[in-house]
Amino acid sequence: MTAAAPVISCKNVWKLFGANPEQYLKSLTGNPGFDEIRQAGYIAAVRDVSLDIAKGEMLVIMGLSGSGKSTFVRCLSRLIDITGGEVTVEGQNIGEMSEKELIDLRRNKMGMVFQSFGLLPHRTVLDNVAFPLEMRGQDRHERRARALEVIELVGLSGREDYFPRELSGGQQQRVGIARSLAIEPDIWFLDEPFSALDPLIRREMQDEFLRLQEMLGKTIVFITHDFDEALRLADRIAIMKDGVVEQCDTPDQIVLNPATEYVAKFTEEIEKSRVVHAGVLAREVNGHNLTGVPVGDKQTIAELARLLVNDSRDFLPVASNSGTLVGALSRQEALDVLLGAGS
Amino acid sequence: MTDQTMTLAGKPQTWTRARTGWTIFIAACLLAIGNSVLPAGLVRPPEWLILPFADWINALFVFVRDDLGLLYLTRAFADGVEWLLDVTANLLYGKNRWPRIGPIPWTVIASIGFVIGYALQGWRLSLLTGGTFVWIAIMGQWKWAMETLSVIVVAAPFSILFGLVMGILAWRSKAFERILNPVLNIAQSLPHFAYMIPVVVFIGVGPKAGAIVTIIFSVPPMIRMSLLGLRKVPHEVIESGHMCGSTRWQLLRYVRIPTARTEILVGVNQVIMQCLAMVVLASFIGMPGLGQKLLQLLQALKIGRSVEIGITIVLLAVMLDRCTKAWATKQPEHFEKGTSFAVRNKFLLIGAGLSLACLVLAQFVPLMDQIGRRDAFTISKPIDAVADWFIVLIDPVTQWLRWFLITWVLIPIRDAFLWMPYAAILALLAAAGWAIGGLRSALVCLGFFGLIAMSGWWDRAMITVYTVVVAVSIASLMGFPLGIWGSFNEKRASLALLICDTLQTFPSFIYLIPVVMLFGVNDVAVVGAVVLFAAVPLVRYTIEGLRQVPETLIEAADMSGATRMQTLWKVRLPMALPTIMVGVNQSVMFSLFMVIIAAFIGTQDLGQEMQRALSSTDVGKGLVLGLAVAFMGLMVDHLVSTWARSKKEALGLE
Repeated sequence: MTAAAPVISCKNVWKLFGANPEQYLKSLTGNPGFDEIRQAGYIAAVRDVSLDIAKGEMLVIMGLSGSGKSTFVRCLSRLIDITGGEVTVEGQNIGEMSEKELIDLRRNKMGMVFQSFGLLPHRTVLDNVAFPLEMRGQDRHERRARALEVIELVGLSGREDYFPRELSGGQQQRVGIARSLAIEPDIWFLDEPFSALDPLIRREMQDEFLRLQEMLGKTIVFITHDFDEALRLADRIAIMKDGVVEQCDTPDQIVLNPATEYVAKFTEEIEKSRVVHAGVLAREVNGHNLTGVPVGDKQTIAELARLLVNDSRDFLPVASNSGTLVGALSRQEALDVLLGAGS
Repeated sequence: MTDQTMTLAGKPQTWTRARTGWTIFIAACLLAIGNSVLPAGLVRPPEWLILPFADWINALFVFVRDDLGLLYLTRAFADGVEWLLDVTANLLYGKNRWPRIGPIPWTVIASIGFVIGYALQGWRLSLLTGGTFVWIAIMGQWKWAMETLSVIVVAAPFSILFGLVMGILAWRSKAFERILNPVLNIAQSLPHFAYMIPVVVFIGVGPKAGAIVTIIFSVPPMIRMSLLGLRKVPHEVIESGHMCGSTRWQLLRYVRIPTARTEILVGVNQVIMQCLAMVVLASFIGMPGLGQKLLQLLQALKIGRSVEIGITIVLLAVMLDRCTKAWATKQPEHFEKGTSFAVRNKFLLIGAGLSLACLVLAQFVPLMDQIGRRDAFTISKPIDAVADWFIVLIDPVTQWLRWFLITWVLIPIRDAFLWMPYAAILALLAAAGWAIGGLRSALVCLGFFGLIAMSGWWDRAMITVYTVVVAVSIASLMGFPLGIWGSFNEKRASLALLICDTLQTFPSFIYLIPVVMLFGVNDVAVVGAVVLFAAVPLVRYTIEGLRQVPETLIEAADMSGATRMQTLWKVRLPMALPTIMVGVNQSVMFSLFMVIIAAFIGTQDLGQEMQRALSSTDVGKGLVLGLAVAFMGLMVDHLVSTWARSKKEALGLE
């Protein structure tokens, strides 16, 4: 969101699985399709992806199973070595790091949460959470103090001595989250963290997650196959299909202007007014006669529905939280979003 | 489209394969019928075909032992093991060696047994563990049992450590695994005696030789289980380890090995069971203890006393098995906050307290320290009386059975096997191989039995084959109906499985006691022991196979109006067949082992020759004989597993 250098930057990242992927990638000309590559005996998990992730941003990568999203996030932390392209984290090319440098990076900068939790079954909650601290050689007392702090943060106080199998799925994932936060990472990867949970718990965990993010303000890469979850959490959404990013934009823009047919299929069923904010629809003020009470730019159209229906103004002023005027909202346009464009 | 072409292409292929199989089968029959007119070179392997494998192996051994100086290395290792054995021997039964503080009073060991059993699973296991030691003590077998245990206590940790390291190496390096796999396959099908001969050559006889042969024999399952456990660690757990910044060593030490805990402990269980089986048999190379006593008593036909020792061995086996299994399945549990030290470590404290109390009491009450032969109980007299009465009672039956089996079953079948030209048998096996797995399997069969023919032990091998064939057939006649009967309701099935599991933990030696009691020392006793031993896996896998049939299939059969018999024959048995065949495979393996062990009560097969090789420490001959047995097992294993795999694929079970 800021103009500063991105925290993570990917340039033309490729990941192919097969017998000799490097050589095959070199022999490629142009941009072959997924099926064409499969004909050659390779599986293209990530194809030519370029993305920048800014500091403090929450990027959600959305895709169905087999779209390459989980592979992609593993390329960002080098759990998987990429076949081609470049991934830089805070200016360093992680593909060129030695094993030691990589371990240092993970010990100090990165945290990751896994879909099926990835907890160590033989360790208590406390020891699981303290595990990354133990790996970097912190002493016992510090480890314990810090682990208790994060356990409290995720709301598991009192269960420090439980073993993972004694906890419910939601609680286990809280342990996973606590563990990933123990080292105070700057970059936080979450690989479908709530997919293994049932819908009610999932909702609760999403709220919890938003609360944590508001408090911590990390740079986040969040993987999900659930479009609603993506809309709910994201600053920006990258939609992946067959290893390619089909569109990467804010939720408002994806809902309003889907770039491809594939993306449009997801947005069709979505209640757009719940996603689109007044600020996004606001136009330049020039020439419009703006009177009366302004609406907030962070309010969704659905939240303004009653006002929009009852108001008689053609254009409404839109103001930010601090009170400065952002632009003018066309009431007709907003009603189109709310009720669907009249035909 | 592609599916259609595949099924179309599949049919004629299997058809021609079966036809080739039948063609070779007919050729084999022709060879057999033409026995009397065949050239001598096709009836028995001709002189020029028999290669002096034994001499080659001996030359290799001499080279390794003397020229490479491996003897010094093995002797040095053996001395180290001996030192450890002396320590445990002193502690457990008071052998006069450093640290010279033993023997520990039996009450101390028994009370530790009670506490360990309780800590692992509760009262039942506690009674079993402690009760076993009490039984041993009051039956006056303490010294022998401790001689046996002192070896296990030294050998098992070596095997576990060695197996774990090898397992990790195989997991790290694909190349190493590729070399290791066939070696393990052969090692696990070599009969016990084949291990003993080289050990006698390198180390000599006595307890340390017994310990070392036990270590070597019990390593393979540990390697297999460690490898399996390391492979099974969930992907995400490893990734989470990476993301926590673990180095490779940290990942192995803190993530992979602890997560593979259950498999590794199952490996530990198998190591200990193998150790016990081997320690008992190691009496053949001068290992003192329960095995040696049993051997002497059996040879002297002292049934009552051998039953007593047999019960002790069985109790030890069941106890060790249950304890290690309980350990493997035990999951850690947390204590509530603020639990005191005493509660957290209550088992440790109770164990220490009880031991101390027993130690003090033993100073004043000699019977709590040691129970000598004079004070010991014995139940051998009543057992002898009952056995004598029983034997007299059923003597007409056993006499008739013995006469019938020997004159009408065993001798005719043995003669038939010996009469068959070797060329016909090779052709027969090739036919079976071709029908099951095509050219490759036919060549595998020919290769294994061809080597046996070239070893020069064809007639002896045929006697082994005949014993196994007869025994497995009789075992099948008993085992399949029992298994089917056992599978019909849940309660019966779990009881039958429990009995089978328990029977399988018994060292093979034990099975000889009842048959020697009933039939004396002859062919029938050998076949009887093999049948008993081989029937257990058959029953077990039949039940498991039948119980695994998906419920929906049986419901579908019921709704189609099938009777119980129809459901059994048309649905359950065909679906269970691949699993049942695994049982047949294991049954053949078990019988091969048992036939060789039974040699000492009188057979004329490979086992007898192996005993001779053992007494003359002829490494080459011993290994050739052992490999001949292993090749039989490996061939059957290859055929059955190939067949089961294709069958499972066809049924869509995998």
